[in-house]
Amino acid sequence: FAAAGFRAAPAVADAAATEVAIKEFTGGIIPAEAGKLTLKTPEIAENGNTVPVSVSVESAMSGDDMVESIAILAEGNPNPGVVVFSFTPMSGAAAATTRMRLAKTQNVIAIAKMADGTFYMDKKEVKVTIGGCGG
Amino acid sequence: MATPRPRVKVPKTAAAGEVITIKTLISHDMESGQRKDSEGNTIPRKIINKFTCDFNGQTVFSCDIDPAISANPYFEFNAKVAESGTFKFTWVDDDGSVYEAEEKIEVK
Repeated sequence: FAAAGFRAAPAVADAAATEVAIKEFTGGIIPAEAGKLTLKTPEIAENGNTVPVSVSVESAMSGDDMVESIAILAEGNPNPGVVVFSFTPMSGAAAATTRMRLAKTQNVIAIAKMADGTFYMDKKEVKVTIGGCGG
Repeated sequence: MATPRPRVKVPKTAAAGEVITIKTLISHDMESGQRKDSEGNTIPRKIINKFTCDFNGQTVFSCDIDPAISANPYFEFNAKVAESGTFKFTWVDDDGSVYEAEEKIEVK
């Protein structure tokens, strides 16, 4: 997926490039910022090189109430793509945590793709003291 | 750079059907392709681009990774275990290298 999406973005991502990346993930929809998806980030990240990020969706993880994948995007990085987590019924829970780089203060966006074809989105602003795409 | 060294943390035992938490880390520079060296040349991208966790041959969790993931990529996720078996963890490098780790779990 990473190869197919997010790569075509310009040298510096912006809201427009992020919108394109969201639509690539959802197949053309901008999901409403409400619903079962929770994105957790620090309000202030002193070091943009390693910013903790967690996503979770309340889900039975079976049948139609199943989270297929969650994409994380960063609006102000050179490319919006951060990671796409893919789940299976064996995941047991739709939750994952990682650490990301943020070049500057910006919005971080998470989008969950459900097995029934619906999407959820959550957005958080992270204030970055020292940027993490160091040149 | 030294050979990437994976580290994984899986509980030794679990109850049948329990949802456990797994933590993984691998030492890797995750060279983003955005940085320049002292002469102003771009340092080529070299990252771990894919991580997969299988249990007894079936995929539990995977991620497609972009350069915005920090050096020494860390992933924490869950798995529902119905039986004893082996977790297999696989990291794929841009240069084609594959790094692997395994952990057993006993279901009581």
